[in-house]
Amino acid sequence: MSFTIEGATGPWEIVCGLEVHAQVTSNAKLFSGAATAFGAAPNSQVSFVDAGFPGMLPVINRECVAQAVRTGLGLKAQINLWSRFDRKNYFYADLPQGYQISQYAHPIVGTGAIEIELADGSTKTIGITRLHLEQDAGKSLHDQHPTKSFIDLNRSGVALMEIVSEPDMRSPEEAGAYLTKLRQILRYLGTCDGNMDEGSMRADVNVSVRKAGEAYRTRCEVKNVNSIRFVMQAVEAEARRQIEVWESGGSVDQETRLFDTGRGVTRSMRSKEDAHDYRYFPDPDLPPLVLEAEWVEGLKATLPELPDARRARYVAMGLSPYDAHVLTLEKETAAYFETVAQGRDAKVAANWVTGDLFAAINRTKTSIAEPPVPAEHLGALLDLLANKTLSGTLAKTVFEAMIETGKSPGAIVQERGLRQVTDTGAIERMVDQVLEANADKVAEYRAGKEKLFGFFVGQVMKAMQGKGNPALVNEVVKKKLG
Amino acid sequence: MSLDTATVRRIASLARIRLEEPEVPRMQAELNGILGWIEQLQAVDTEGVEPMAGGGAVSLRMREDAVTDGGIPEQVLANAPDREGEYFGVPKVVE
Amino acid sequence: MHPTDFTLRGAIEALNEGLLTSVELTQAHLDAITALNPRLNAYVTVTAEQALAQAKASDARRAAGVAGPLEGVPLAIKDLFCTAGVRTTAGSRILDNFIPPYESTVSGNLLRDGAVFLGKVNLDEFAMGSSNTTSAFGPVENPWSRANDPDTRLVPGGSSGGSAAAVAARLALGATATDTGGSIRQPAAFCGIAGIKPTYGRCSRFGIVAFASSLDQAGPVARTVEDCAILLRSMAGFDPKDSTSADVPVPDFAAACARGVKGLRIGVPKEYRLEGTPPEIEALWEQGLAWLREQGAETVEISLPHTKYALPTYYIVAPAEASSNLARYDGVRFGRREKGADLKDLYERTRAAGFGAEVRRRIMIGTYVLSAGYYDAYYLKAQKIRALIKRDFDQAFANVDAIVTPATPSAAFGMDEKQDDPVTMYLNDVFTVTANLAGLPGLSVPSGLDAQGLPLGLQVIGRAFDEETVFAVGNAIEQAADFTALPRLRAGA
Repeated sequence: MSFTIEGATGPWEIVCGLEVHAQVTSNAKLFSGAATAFGAAPNSQVSFVDAGFPGMLPVINRECVAQAVRTGLGLKAQINLWSRFDRKNYFYADLPQGYQISQYAHPIVGTGAIEIELADGSTKTIGITRLHLEQDAGKSLHDQHPTKSFIDLNRSGVALMEIVSEPDMRSPEEAGAYLTKLRQILRYLGTCDGNMDEGSMRADVNVSVRKAGEAYRTRCEVKNVNSIRFVMQAVEAEARRQIEVWESGGSVDQETRLFDTGRGVTRSMRSKEDAHDYRYFPDPDLPPLVLEAEWVEGLKATLPELPDARRARYVAMGLSPYDAHVLTLEKETAAYFETVAQGRDAKVAANWVTGDLFAAINRTKTSIAEPPVPAEHLGALLDLLANKTLSGTLAKTVFEAMIETGKSPGAIVQERGLRQVTDTGAIERMVDQVLEANADKVAEYRAGKEKLFGFFVGQVMKAMQGKGNPALVNEVVKKKLG
Repeated sequence: MSLDTATVRRIASLARIRLEEPEVPRMQAELNGILGWIEQLQAVDTEGVEPMAGGGAVSLRMREDAVTDGGIPEQVLANAPDREGEYFGVPKVVE
Repeated sequence: MHPTDFTLRGAIEALNEGLLTSVELTQAHLDAITALNPRLNAYVTVTAEQALAQAKASDARRAAGVAGPLEGVPLAIKDLFCTAGVRTTAGSRILDNFIPPYESTVSGNLLRDGAVFLGKVNLDEFAMGSSNTTSAFGPVENPWSRANDPDTRLVPGGSSGGSAAAVAARLALGATATDTGGSIRQPAAFCGIAGIKPTYGRCSRFGIVAFASSLDQAGPVARTVEDCAILLRSMAGFDPKDSTSADVPVPDFAAACARGVKGLRIGVPKEYRLEGTPPEIEALWEQGLAWLREQGAETVEISLPHTKYALPTYYIVAPAEASSNLARYDGVRFGRREKGADLKDLYERTRAAGFGAEVRRRIMIGTYVLSAGYYDAYYLKAQKIRALIKRDFDQAFANVDAIVTPATPSAAFGMDEKQDDPVTMYLNDVFTVTANLAGLPGLSVPSGLDAQGLPLGLQVIGRAFDEETVFAVGNAIEQAADFTALPRLRAGA
């Protein structure tokens, strides 16, 4: 069933496309040798190229190009072996050159596609129009001084990939799922860290609404939305605003808007200036970017496994589609799981990771990147379970101890003597003692009070400090009570 | 193609060059003189000709991804007309 | 012999032989600057102390036996080249008191080879002009004057007018210059000296204030073709900091000067026979071709059919690139700033006050031809005609080794002449601009005098990266012309 918004005049359909700006993971900037690290002192990661000084010239960073190609390959997109950089001319305080070097007419990556998963289990293909490389601008701080804005150029010149989708999304959920999936792919590829709160990914959201069967109506662009949740909210808020405009007899003007996260509404940008006329033209400082087909093939050959392929592989390993989905959401989770599952039962490994480990992460407020228990330790614990050194109950105890101490399960078992007792003679002696000490209860049991069976097992386990093999204990108690 | 005064003002605004009202007619006349002279290019048959953008190399050389620059905030800020601590200062911008 | 009368090569020999020191040579030039610059206005910044310190260090290096190819030679640097720690103005008010913390690659190469910098020389603002009258630091005067009208002050040509005037008046042994449409060759011709715009990509553009990136090329001006060859060898070379720099070896250009022209085929483009060209320029051209034939070259008529479209094409391409290149002068990070009510007002006031009339005009034209709706009709059209112009040359060079033309359509003109209409001024570059559009090397050689006693130049255009043939042909013309006339204003005169 498709998503619609009910207006006064009936149902409306949302049409949405996203332009995502993803910061390329690289040591140095796209056209200069200055660093890209987040959080450095103002203007400390700025070269004279980034600051637009007279006579400075751009020289392209090979790794940024490689990252764009990897991303294109990950989006199953066409790689253009001939692309070109254009200048997009406009004046702004944090745009030192007075133009942004971008790829307007000839992007490095052409059409591709992303398959998104929706809550009802269905999937949908969203078209990718293009991906191009461009420079980021600097940062303006407006809250430092009553009458001035402050400019920090650390971001100026950092490589961005602008990834443009087709207007294929029809609901806030689809927009959210698209951004989630895109982020997941970028993080798997290692081409963008996806840290939206550090500005590594921002989305410009294009929204229009229409009645069923209509052609597209005028769209608005909501700029610089910086979280998946806000993208979903912005799509809905902007769609509702437009429906209201149309239904009150007005018409939607094509414009750029901002999303007010506090009030959950979009508003027109105040600094509209005169109509933009970017005067794109080929950057005469930069000859065309011509790639060797063999170089692209080399990048393709070393591409990591992507989420869809990995999920399919996990299902083939015997995991449920749900576990496979959960384990592949984050690259780090999948890596953790693979370490634990290496040479072990995949389903058991999946249960421990999605169950005990996730719970422990929540409880200890840690993350999969810095887990409370290293994957190697969890794997060793699973080995102790498999070879029956530990019972399920003991394993949980050991797991908690691993979280507390950071020690390996082997060391904990050794120190605390937590080895499971499977010696039948020892268990029989303990059962005899318990039955002897509880002669009255034995009599009651034999008189028919069978639910006391659990009591005897419990007493034995308690006497054995939980180390008795539960199955053996059961068996012996049953035999002795005869 | 001849420029009217509104276009002259729009171009000046795009180029961020303040043009006082009395200067507009003169600028208009000069630009139209140049554009009129340039107009002769329309006579050239360029059907099927690939545009030539640059003078030199056919493809970009790529550099290695190493941090070789930056870390010079004092030099970057040294020529600033309005330096505000570690920042460049400009009149407040409203978005 | 006065030290300022040496050619650059002669000075190197004299230094090598210990006939004088770099300090003496440098001091002689500084004295000449003190005496003549107030009149000529060739230098906008004289770095006397630094020059003497460099000369002293150079003499020490020479004494220690580690002399570079340009050891101790005093040069002038066009004020478009950024020089570390020395004010760089581009002839504009907008750069104000800009002190670059970096050195341009070309000037750095000269320092590497032992050169001494006397100071920064005047130019048309942002290298936009053909008369050096658009500089914020006032016009430069040509050291030459008309025989029958010595009081009319003449322009030195532009944009490298300060470079050419300084070298002609013996205020430097040579100078750096740049050429976007003729800015080396036209002032060289007007001032009776030699100057070469090398192949695009031969000299790095890193650290040179950009005018039109796809056309700009640095090159030397000096009093002889061979001196230009010596300077170019030091200036040129691959630079990884410029993506348009060519990764090709730098040959010994000076050695190529002596090759001779025997067996060379020299093209004579019929489209360069322009109506209205003074007969004495036509005659000089014929004379130059005759000299080359006498020395064993063959001259053949060729056709460069799109020549007449070159200037209007240039006046789309160059302003378009300039409008973008000059956007960085916004009063935020360096240079002049005017107060404004808001950021836009600040930009508009800063740029209106900081840029002169010609620069503003070209930014306006460039902005217009790139603007929505006009890009195809102007910019794209110009790029296609540029391709046709290049194709004309490619076809011509299939049959000839070099092309010889007049350098300019007239001799130097008066400072008040040709100022009424921008297009009249633009026509100065009619013979030179094609080499920029096609990216080819072009050399201007002083070849004769007009009836007024003013110098005239011939231009040699060569294949891309074949400056050696250009130098050989230029040297042959120079030898035959035996150009010994001297400007009235000069050191030691």
